Order: sequence, then structure tokens, then C-alpha cells
Amino acid sequence: MRLEPKPRPSRVMLVVYPLGAVAATVLIASLLVMTSGASPLFVFWLVLKGAAGSQFALLETLTRATPLIFTGLAVAVAFRARLWNIGAEAQLYVGGIVTVVLGTGLLPLPAPILIPVIMLATILAGGLVLLGPAILKTRFGVDEVVTTLLLNFVVLLFVSMLLEGVLKDPMGLGWPQSQMVSADARLPRIVEGRRLHYGFVIALVAAFAVWFVMKKTTLGYEMRAVGANAEAARFAGIPVNAVLMKTALISGGLAALGGFSEVAGLKGNLTLDLSSGFGYTGIVVAMLAMLNPLGVVAAAIFVAGIFVGADAMSRAAGVPSYIAEVMVATALLTMVTAIMLSRYSVRWR
Amino acid sequence: MADDTARQAQIVLRLAGITKRFGALIANDAIDLDLKRGEIVALLGENGAGKTTLMNILFGHYVADEGAIEAFGKPLPPGDPRAALTAGIGMVHQHFTLADNLTVLESIALGTQSIWSPRLDRASARARIARLSAEFGLAIDPSRPVSELAVGERQRVEILKALYRDARVLILDEPTAVLTPGETEALFATLKLLVAEGLSIIFISHKLKEVMAVADRVVVLRGGRLAGERRTAQTTRRELAALMVGQEVSLPKAAPREPGPVLLELQSVSTVAASGTPLRDVSLQLHGGVITGIAGVSGNGQAALAGLLSGTLSPRSGQLLIGEAPPPGWSPRAALDRGIARIPEDRHAVGTVADMSLTENVISERYRGKPFSRYGMIDWTAARKFAERLIAAYDVKCPSPETRIRLLSGGNMQKLILGRALDPDPVVILANQPTRGLDIGAVAYVHARLIDARDRGAAVLLISEDLDEILSLSDRVHVIAEGKISRPFARGEKSVGELGEMMAGLGLEAA
Repeated sequence: MRLEPKPRPSRVMLVVYPLGAVAATVLIASLLVMTSGASPLFVFWLVLKGAAGSQFALLETLTRATPLIFTGLAVAVAFRARLWNIGAEAQLYVGGIVTVVLGTGLLPLPAPILIPVIMLATILAGGLVLLGPAILKTRFGVDEVVTTLLLNFVVLLFVSMLLEGVLKDPMGLGWPQSQMVSADARLPRIVEGRRLHYGFVIALVAAFAVWFVMKKTTLGYEMRAVGANAEAARFAGIPVNAVLMKTALISGGLAALGGFSEVAGLKGNLTLDLSSGFGYTGIVVAMLAMLNPLGVVAAAIFVAGIFVGADAMSRAAGVPSYIAEVMVATALLTMVTAIMLSRYSVRWR
Repeated sequence: MADDTARQAQIVLRLAGITKRFGALIANDAIDLDLKRGEIVALLGENGAGKTTLMNILFGHYVADEGAIEAFGKPLPPGDPRAALTAGIGMVHQHFTLADNLTVLESIALGTQSIWSPRLDRASARARIARLSAEFGLAIDPSRPVSELAVGERQRVEILKALYRDARVLILDEPTAVLTPGETEALFATLKLLVAEGLSIIFISHKLKEVMAVADRVVVLRGGRLAGERRTAQTTRRELAALMVGQEVSLPKAAPREPGPVLLELQSVSTVAASGTPLRDVSLQLHGGVITGIAGVSGNGQAALAGLLSGTLSPRSGQLLIGEAPPPGWSPRAALDRGIARIPEDRHAVGTVADMSLTENVISERYRGKPFSRYGMIDWTAARKFAERLIAAYDVKCPSPETRIRLLSGGNMQKLILGRALDPDPVVILANQPTRGLDIGAVAYVHARLIDARDRGAAVLLISEDLDEILSLSDRVHVIAEGKISRPFARGEKSVGELGEMMAGLGLEAA
């Protein structure tokens, strides 16, 4: 079997192959469902219903997609410049820390001022968290995959320390959790009585902003050039290291905004389970979206839908909700294969 | 033909009516090619003439739209790389495909034994390699690691690899591009031995001199079509050149001009040995309206000299002066801002971003500020117009400005780089190996543009390993050897032999 690059991938194929990937995912997941003794069609119908079958389900899916859009964008931006940021999880938690530090009464400001101030501080803090690994990479050649990945554990332990110490809620009955942020620091709900909050809107705006930066600005051009060929970029006079620093600030900032959005929009306080691996799932989301910022929104909703739908399904059908993890993982594999197939033709023998 | 002996009459490889289209582009148009036993056929053609496509079809990397291939009288199934190999056709690529961490023996035997056999049968492999290398003058120690081998030796390993697999037809893709003159002669001697043993060889090249020296027959491709076929005994270089480019080419005879002011100067510059041979106490003046050639064998400090002008390297001691003063802070961007145009040695890895479009590539040195960006926003309309202008002005053959530059041939890529470098009317031009790997049409084009730039008053620094190129183009020549540089010689002051001796490091004349 050999691969032959296609001179120009056709537009039709760019649609057909991803759809094929979805079909393959469903097929593979079906086999798994059958081993647990349930009917695949019934299970998928339940997943679909659970993810989008009602206003409640749909809004729940979008709520779950919100942090994934932020971390997906963070990863997409960084990967585009070949800065392998595996630390969106850490940056997200740092965003959470900043939000509760500033949002629990430290800054007595009205909401229209307080929220932008917290967001800016969050972006800056998250950016700085990634700036360290970026400097180590450009100055000393330290592999950022290792540093960003390990920082996840460092930051999580740091959060644990804060929640047992200075940030611990005195009224929290001993639980490791922070105080609730003040009403002025909360993001309002979009639909009364549902959990979906304005963090989702901020995520959409962020996705569009990232798309705009990558496509239309000199910075986006620099980032793409550095990612595609750093040596040629350097030769052409593009300040490669400075571009990587800016990339780190943007990427870390986006992930941290995810932490802000979860605290200010959903949870209200900081706990150790603020994220259920959003930083890591963000990598899957970004890859599914082929690093396209607008694609990240779709991929995040898709992944969130599977998780939300699988939760509902498992309650109704008794199939473990772990099926969601398998489906997302399978989707990633089939999608990567589909992307390859849309760019190369396979020749057997 | 009448002078064919019976031995030569046997046709070992026949390509009949091969046609291959990529979209609207016809890469090969009904090409016929016969190869007889014991003959060397040169496949001559410009970049993009279809040589590589034809060979890719032969090796099953592409499937021809029309036509058929026969090897030793049997049809070769299309699209199967193994078929060509098992039929006894071996290829030696321009870029070698050896693994650095293996020994010569392992590289050659790799893939010839069943993957289920627990270990390599080294003794028999070694004996076989020894026999082949003795027979064909391909001296090499099989136990040496590939990483230690010089380029010429690696090529020998590639040829041995093909012979080890019982190749009866050898295809060599630009085999001399990376060789020294001595290595080239050794290669030619080997090729003659091979055909004397009854092997047949296809020699892909665009160097007329070598084609005339080594081939029995020349097949010329132009624009995907068969432009002509000649026996080397009955043709001339001039005729072949005309077939290749479709018109008579003549090397530009650049009339000398009055030298202008010194635009860039190196004063006793030494550099650190970060990559390759460092410069040692080099002084050099680049005058406006003068092409200054740097002759030398590669690896004698050319990379450091090019780095200094490109802005990627700063002097460790001594001074780089632009106009009268040293630039404050030195970087690629500073070099560009001072009007230095750079044509890098490696157009694939350094000159272009392969996965970006032509449009994105042509603005890479000028995307900051007008006319390509304002307030940090890129004006893609202006960029595309600029790309279209360069494509037209520099005769770049490409489907559209949005094509990824990876899909361009070397010559077209170089024309685009040339356009990008020369368009802002630079003051100083660094041309580092500007024509390496290009066909004569593209070479003549690049030369003409460099002379135009010189005539506009720019100072041109031409670094080349091709002494013919240096001598035909340069108004003055320095020789570089072991990081040191000779005084400038006027055109014709030194004979080729004298320059050659200096290049070999037999003593540079001090200024």
C-alpha cells in the first residue's frame, strides 16, 4: 500500500471523507454497544436525543461545549505555529484562580467594568503560564511537550494547596473549595432557568477573533509561516522567537478564558474538579477541526454532544457512559484518517 | 541503425506513447523511448520538461493515462513500484535514500532478505558486495557507517545497492549534481564498465558537457514532449541546447562597466564556527555595478559569508560596513531594510515555505507595512496582485497564485525567489548558488536578471561552485579556501588552472 499526494484535494472530497469518518465511528461504536447487549440503533437514538433532543438537552450540550471551544482554540492556535501546548488544562485552572481571586470582593467594581478587568487579567495570567515553556523552548531548546504537560500537575497541586489554604472558603464545611464569586463577577444565563451562560457567546466571539487573526493579520501570517517552516521564516526576517512568545500569550490566554467562563458562568467557585480534562479534550477538538478556529466550534459541540448524550443514554439504556470516550477517540482516529485520505490517494500493491 | 552490433540491438526497456496529465497540465505527451542492451541514453531536458514524471511512471509511482512499458520484452504492470525492481530496473536518486545509522553493508542488504529471517546473512552479503565493488571500480568498505561517507561514496553505495538487487537497467537522476569533478570522472568510468558488462543506463541530466562525455544517445524532452533524439557522435552541444530550450541559447556576455562606489564592505571579519567553516580575517569590497564572484569548493566558508550578508550571522571580530557605517544591530530584517536582496542556497528549506501559497511566499520579506499590510492587517488583494505581477514578469509557470509552492519545479521556484528578491530594486544582491540544479534555460534567465541588476548599479555577490558560471558572469573574482579569501582578480587575470589550484587550497595569493 502506498500513498500518493493529490495535487489538489477536491472540495467534494473534503466533505465526503469527514462524513465517512462519522459513519465509521458510529459503526465501530455499534460493535461495542452490541457487546454490552443493547441495540445500537436504540443507543444512538438515545445519545442523539440526549444531546439535542430537547431544548434542555441542546443547551446542556452547548454548555458543555463552551470550555472545549476555549481549550480547542488554545490548542489550534499553538499547534498552528508548532508550539505544542499540552498544558491547556493548567492554563484553564490558572484562569479559574484569577477569577476567584479578583471576583470574590477584592475589586469592588460594577459588573460592566469588573468582568472585562477579570477577563484581561485571566488572559494575561494564562498567557504567562505558557510563556515560561515558550522561553525555555526558544532559549534552551527544552521540549515544550514535556514542560507544558508536567505543568498541568504542578498547577493542579498548586490549586489544591490554595483550596486548602488561602483560598479556602471558611463557610465551606471543610470542603476544598473557594468562596463563591460576587454577583457582579458572574456571567448571566442566556436562557432563564437553564445552565447555558454568556461564556458561550464569549467563546463564539473568541473563535471568530482567532479566525480573523489567523487569516487577515500580519501576526496570523507570521504564526502560520513559523509553523510551516521556521527556518525559512527566520531567513525572511520574521522574528520567530517573538512570534512564538505572542503565540504562547494568545494560546495560554484562550485556555485561561475557559477557566474564567467555567467559574464565572457555571460553577461560581473554584474546585479541584473545575475541569474534567477540558485541556486534553481540547487537543482532540483542535485536531478534529484540522486547527481551523471556526471548525473548533463545530468540533467542540460535536464532542460535547457525544458526552452529554452518552450520559443521558447510560441512564436510560444501562450502557456505560464510557462509550462516549470511545466514540470521541474513534472519531479522532477516523477523522485523521479521513483527512489523510482527502489529501492522498491510496494505491494498493 | 546500421552501426548497431547484434549485441546492442536487444531492446531491454521500451516506453511507448506514455502520456500523463495533471489537470490541465500535460506532463508527458506521447513519449516513446527505447533502451538497448549495453548503451547509455541521456535523458536531457529543462526543469518541468517531464523527465521526473516519466521516471516516476516507470517506477510505478504514477500511473500513465496512456501508453505502455515493456521491460525485457514483458509488459510492466502500471502503478507497481515492485514490478520495476523485480524486472531488474534500479534507480539512483538525486537525493540519496540511505539511513545514516546503518553501515554500508546493512544499507545495501536492507530489504533484500525476508523479514522473518532472524538476522542478516552478513558473510554472503559481504562477499557479494566485495565482488561487485571490485568488478565495477566502486571501492567502499562495507563495514563503515553511512554517516561517515562523503557524497561521492554515498552515491557508490546507491549504485551498489541497485547492482546487489541484480539490476540490469540503471537509472541515474542528476548523478553529478553533488559530485566534485574527480568524483564525476570516477563515476563515468564506472558507468562505462557497467555497460561493457551488458547493463543499460538512463542518465538524467541537464549538463550538456557530461551528456556528451558519457552518453551514446541523447533523448531530449521539452515541455512534456519528445523534442528530439541524437547520437552523441553526430551532434553538438549547441544543437542539444537548442533542442532543449527550443531556441539557441548563448551565455550572457556581460560587458564590463565602470565600478561604482563601495556599497558593502567586510573589514578583517572573522566568524564563529557555528555551522561549517568559519571566516578568518576576510576583507571584501562590493562595488555598485560590479558582479563579484566567489569561487571555491563548497564548505570552505561560503555559508558563513552568505550568512553575514543575509543577516543570519554577525562578525565575531572585524566589521561589516554598509555604505560607510556598520549597521546598528544585524538580523535578516536589518539586512532587508538596508536593501540587501538574498537568494539563498537552499530554495526548498530556506527560500520558501513549501506548504504556503505563492502569494503568501512572495510577501514573506515585505509583509510589514505598505502596500501589503496596514495596521497589522494584510491586504491579500494587493498581495495577490503582486504575486500575479511577479509570475508574469519572471515567467513562472504555475496553475495559480494560490498554488502551494511545493508543487512548483525547482526552476520556477527559483524564478519566484529571484522576483521577490529583485523587485524592490535592492542595493546589494547576494546570489548563493543561484542556478544549482536548474536547466540551462532557467540558468540563462537567472544570469540575465543578475546582469540587469548590476547594470542598474547594484552590487552583486555571486557565490558558486560552478567555475564556468563564476567566470562567465563575474567582473572580479575572489577565491575562497579554508575560510580565507584571496585578493580580487580582474576578469581574465587568472587562468582556470590557476584558480583551480587556489580553490584546492594550494596557497591563496595575499592581497
